[in-house]
Amino acid sequence: MQRVEPLGLSSLPTETTPLPPVSHSHTWASVGRAALIGAVLLYLAAVLVGPMAALLLETRSLGFGQALAAATSPAALGALWTSLLLVAIAVAANAVVGTCAAIAIVRHRFVGRGLVSALCDLPLAVSPVMIGLAFLLLVGEAGALAPILAAAGVKVVFSFPGLVIATLFVTLPYTVREVAYVLEEIGTSEEEAATTLGASPLQTFWRVTLPNIRVALGYGLLMTIARTLGEFGAVLVLGGSISGQTQTATTFIHDAIEERQLEGAYGMALVLAATSVALLLGLEWAKARRQAAHGKATA
Amino acid sequence: MNLRAEHLSKRFGAFAAVDDVSFEIESGSLVALLGPSGSGKSTILRMLAGLEAPDSGSVWFGAEEATHLHPRARAIGFVFQHYALFRHLTVEQNVAFGLDVRRVPKATAARRARELLRLVGLSGLEGRYPAQLSGGERQRVALARALAPEPRLLLLDEPFAAVDAKVREELRQWLRRLHDEVGVTSIFVTHDQDEAFSISDRVLVVHRGRLEQCGTPAEILDEPATEFVARFVGEVNVFPSVVQGGAAVSGGLRAQLGPEHPPGPARLVVRSYDLKFWREEPGVATVERVVPLGDRVRVHAVVDGAGPIVAQFPRRSSLLRGIERGCRIQVEVTTARTYPPEADNP
Amino acid sequence: MSAVSHALRPNPVERALRSGVILYVVVLVAVPLVGLVQFGLADGLATFWARAMSPVARAALWLALWSALLVGGINTLFGTATAWILVRYRLPGRALVSALVDLPLAVPTLVAGVMLATLYGPTSLVGTRLEAWGFEVVFARPGIVLALLFVTLPFVVRAVEPVLAELDPAEEEAAIVLGAGPVKTFRTVFLPAILPAALSGGIRSLGRALGEFGSVVVVAGNIPFETLTAPVFIFGEIESGAPRAAAATSTLLLLFALLVHAGARVLELRTGARHATR
Repeated sequence: MQRVEPLGLSSLPTETTPLPPVSHSHTWASVGRAALIGAVLLYLAAVLVGPMAALLLETRSLGFGQALAAATSPAALGALWTSLLLVAIAVAANAVVGTCAAIAIVRHRFVGRGLVSALCDLPLAVSPVMIGLAFLLLVGEAGALAPILAAAGVKVVFSFPGLVIATLFVTLPYTVREVAYVLEEIGTSEEEAATTLGASPLQTFWRVTLPNIRVALGYGLLMTIARTLGEFGAVLVLGGSISGQTQTATTFIHDAIEERQLEGAYGMALVLAATSVALLLGLEWAKARRQAAHGKATA
Repeated sequence: MNLRAEHLSKRFGAFAAVDDVSFEIESGSLVALLGPSGSGKSTILRMLAGLEAPDSGSVWFGAEEATHLHPRARAIGFVFQHYALFRHLTVEQNVAFGLDVRRVPKATAARRARELLRLVGLSGLEGRYPAQLSGGERQRVALARALAPEPRLLLLDEPFAAVDAKVREELRQWLRRLHDEVGVTSIFVTHDQDEAFSISDRVLVVHRGRLEQCGTPAEILDEPATEFVARFVGEVNVFPSVVQGGAAVSGGLRAQLGPEHPPGPARLVVRSYDLKFWREEPGVATVERVVPLGDRVRVHAVVDGAGPIVAQFPRRSSLLRGIERGCRIQVEVTTARTYPPEADNP
Repeated sequence: MSAVSHALRPNPVERALRSGVILYVVVLVAVPLVGLVQFGLADGLATFWARAMSPVARAALWLALWSALLVGGINTLFGTATAWILVRYRLPGRALVSALVDLPLAVPTLVAGVMLATLYGPTSLVGTRLEAWGFEVVFARPGIVLALLFVTLPFVVRAVEPVLAELDPAEEEAAIVLGAGPVKTFRTVFLPAILPAALSGGIRSLGRALGEFGSVVVVAGNIPFETLTAPVFIFGEIESGAPRAAAATSTLLLLFALLVHAGARVLELRTGARHATR
C-alpha cells in the first residue's frame, strides 16, 4: 500500500487569529435582507399596488354612485353582456379543444406534432392588434375567405362572430399548456393500468384521465376567462366597438375615455378590476390545489 | 391457462431489446423472469400483456393466439412497479375498477372488492386513498385490483423493487402463499436472484434480450447453461484456465473434471461453497481476509498464478481451524463447470 | 406506432377527434398569420421594406424594441429579487405578495393603463409631484416603460420561483461548510441554477412587451417619434385605412416576436425550466 504524503497542513500555525464574532456577519446579512425586501416591496407598490389604489380613489372622487350608475347604463350592460357571452363560448370551446389538443400532443405520435404544439403556443407571442389585422385581411371585404362568407351570408367583421374568432385565437394556449403539462407529469401508467383492467378508451378518459387533469384544466379555464375579459386590441380592430353589437367591456372603457365620459370609464374599469381580483383569488386557490395534488403524486 | 411465447423479438431503434425468445409456461405455475437491468425482461412481460407490440413472433394463451390482441381484451392482471393506483379513487374503488368497467352490479363489485382486500390483509382500509398508504400496502392494493376481475394470467413488473428491503422479504413469501391459494398462472419480473429463487416454480434467465436458461431454481443453480447464468446466480469464482488430462488448471488451482472435457482453453467457474480450504505449508494460496457472516464464514484468498478466490463455509466447519490472515492454505475444488471462452471474454 | 404507449394507441374515433383539433388549430392560428405575412410581402420585398422603414414606422419599431429590452432587463433583476424573497424569506403576508405578482395576468391591459394613468397622470398627486421634479410619466416614455413593467411583472418571478424552490439545500450547506461567504455561495450555487430561468423569463417578458397595446395606448399619448410604439402605430394605420403599411410593420414585428418566442422556448427546453405563466 502506498503511503499518502502528508500535505503539511500540520504546519499551520496552532495559534490562529480569532475569527470575527458571528454577530457581525449576521447583522450585515440582516441589513441586506431588509434592503432587498424593501426594494422589492417599493417596486411592487409603485408598479402594482399604487395604480390599483389610484383607481379606487379616483372613482371615489368622481363619486361611486355616479360610476355605478354609468356602469349599469344600458350601453354598459350591453358591453358586459357581450363580454360574458364571449367568456362562455371561450370556456366551452377551450375546455374541449384544449383537452383534446393536449392529449394529442402528449400522448400521440403523428406527423407535424411539433408544429401543432408550436401553433398552440403561438398566440402568446403575437400582438393583439396584429391578430385583429390578420383576421381582418382574411375575412374582411377584400379577404381570401370573403367570397365563401358572402355566399354563406355570414358577416364576421364588425359583428359578433368576429369577436368570437379573435377570442378563440388569443385563449387557445392556456388550457392546452396546463393540461399538457399535467399529462406529461403523471405519465401513462394509470391509463395503462385501466386498459389492462378492461376499460375502453372512453372509460379510461372519463374515470382516470379527467380526474387527474381537473385542477389543471380549471386553472387554464380561469386564465381563459381572464384573457377573454381583458382582450382589447383584437376585438377593437375586428369588431369596431359598435355599441350594442360588438362593444365589449374593455372597448366600452376605451370609448368612454374618448368621449370624456369618465364616470362610465372608471365605473366599468372598477367592475373589471373587481372581477380580476375575484379571478385572481380563483387562480391562487387552483394553484394551491395543484401544489397539493403534486405533493400527493410524488408521495 | 398455458402460456406460450414463440420467437418474440423487439427492437427500439437499433437496440435489440428482445431477441428471439421462446418459452412455455404451465398453467397455474409461478414463474420468474430474472435478469440484470436492461436485459429485456420487462419488455417481454409487457409484450405478454399487450402493452408493447412485438416486431416478430407470437404469443399464445392456450390455443388462442393473442399476439395482436388489445390489452383490455386479454383478461390479464398487471401489477406495475410503481403501483399505478388511481390516485383519485379510494382503495375499494381501485380494487373494484376492473369490475365497474365491465358493468358488474355495484353491490357485487363492492363485495368482491372487500373479499379481495381481506385476502391481501387490508380489511378496514377500503375508504383510504393511495396517498395515505405505505408502499407495501399500495402494492397489495395493486395486486387485489389486478385479481378482482379473475384474470387468467397475472403479470407483475418488479413488484417489490420500490418497497423497503425489510418489507420486501415478507411480501415475497406472502405472494407465494397468495399464489398457492388463488392458483392463477403468474409471471413476475425481477433482477433479484434471491427473490426469483425463493418463491418461483421455474426461472427464466434473460440477458441482453436473449433467454439464457429456463428451469427450476435447483437446475439453474446446479447446471447453469451458460457462463452468464453461472455468474449471475450465487457467488462464483471465475478463472481463465487450460483443460488437460481431464482437469482444468489455472495457476495453482486444479479442478478435476470428467474425461469428456476436450483439452484447450476454457473459463473455469467454481461456486464459493464448492471449495475446500485447509491450512497447509507450502499450500497454493494465501489468505487475505476471514469474514464472519452470521451462520457462514467467507474466506478471501489469493491463489498463486490464478488470482483472488472466495470460499464459503458453515461457521462451525472444521475446515476453518487455524485459518487466519496471512497463512498459507491448500485448495480443493469439489465441483466445477467450464465454459468456452468468448471473443470478449478469453 | 402512433401513441406513446402501445396500449393507448388511438382508435378511429380518437384519431378523428385529433384530426378535428389539428384542423381547428391550423385554421385558427396558422392561416391568418400566414395570410398576414403574405399580404405584407405581396408588393415585393423592396416595397415591404420601404413601408416598414418609413420614418414614423421605424421610430415606432425602435421605441418598441428598446423599451421591451429595457423592461426585459429590469424584470430580470427585480423578478429574480422578488422570487428570492418569496422563496427564501418567511415574510408575513407572503401569500399576499405572491398573489399580487399574479395580478397582471388577471387584469385587462386597458384597465392597467387606466390605473397607471390615474396614479401618475398630470393631475394626480404623484404626477404633479414628479412633474415638479421634471419627471413626466404619463404621455411620455417613462409611462410606456411603466405600463410594460406592469404587464410583464409575473414572467421572470414565475420562471425563477420553482427553480429556487427545488434547489437542494444540501448544495448551499456544502458551500457554507467549506467556508464560502454569501457572495461566493450565490455565485456558485444559485446563479447557475437561476440564470437560465431568469433569462428565459426575461426573454418572454421582452416578447410580451414588444406587442403590448392596451396599456400603452392609454398611457403613452401616442405622439409619433416620441411615444408611438409599433403596436399602436399599426392600430393607427388600420384605422386610417392603410392596411398595407400596417401589414408591413406587423410582419416585421411578428418576425421579431417569433424569434424571441423561439429563443425563450429553446432556452427552456435545454434547461428544463417551466413556463413563466404557470
